[in-house]
Amino acid sequence: MADERHVAFICSKGDLDMAYPALVMGWAALGNGIDVTIFFTFWGMDMITKSRQKRLELAPVANTSMKMKMMGLPTGNLGIPNLLGIIPGMTAFTTWFMKKKMAAVGAPPVGEYLQMLVDGGAKLYACKMSVDMMDLKKEDFVDGVLDIVTASDFLDMTEGAQIIFI
Amino acid sequence: MATRIIAGKTVQVNEEGFLTDPSEWNKEIAAEIAKDEGLAELTENHWKVIDFCREASKGLGGKSPTLRQITTGTGVQTKELFSLFPKGPAKKVARIAGLGKPEGCV
Repeated sequence: MADERHVAFICSKGDLDMAYPALVMGWAALGNGIDVTIFFTFWGMDMITKSRQKRLELAPVANTSMKMKMMGLPTGNLGIPNLLGIIPGMTAFTTWFMKKKMAAVGAPPVGEYLQMLVDGGAKLYACKMSVDMMDLKKEDFVDGVLDIVTASDFLDMTEGAQIIFI
Repeated sequence: MATRIIAGKTVQVNEEGFLTDPSEWNKEIAAEIAKDEGLAELTENHWKVIDFCREASKGLGGKSPTLRQITTGTGVQTKELFSLFPKGPAKKVARIAGLGKPEGCV
């Protein structure tokens, strides 16, 4: 039953493309009346860190899925050569490009998207161990992050939920 | 296709309970479905959202707009939209407005 469903996401990645899965699925869940909890750990904390949230990037190096044809070039399965990817500015370029692609499908930037989830009732938590490791404080996080909790706390509060690791 | 009698009118519905012909809808049907969905009364702000969805659906093949289309189109904030139609506004709004569920993820 929809009323009883609860989905919990563990966001562990700080790359721009890896920020979106939890946002898209979390937003869809809220729209369908499913409770949503998100636990940010390791690099995933970039998604909620004020100084990092607007600066998430997508690197072309070692990215086997980013093909040149995405940019409209008739190059089939040819990827961006790793050697080209190391040129200064290439990460900025692929980041800009991905942001443009996301905007084209109507997806807002990460910060705005996350705020929508918070407004829709999603509960956000930061991982205590990661916070200690990276020397962060609650003030470093955007509004909407409810608390810094341990892995054990997270498991307690998501008992019975479907947990998705990203 | 199944039919159902809502507010004294026979309407066609799909297996998920959404009306399949938006032209069969009227305000009494909306109020009746709203009651089924746990909304005792439809206020002015509910109607603002419903009216917008009805209008927007004409360009969406009879489907309800997505939540983000609703907030940007009506000026109703996300928080308010979730309090007007608690527990699953995407489907709830579509059902009450007599439209198909939204196609789109944002």
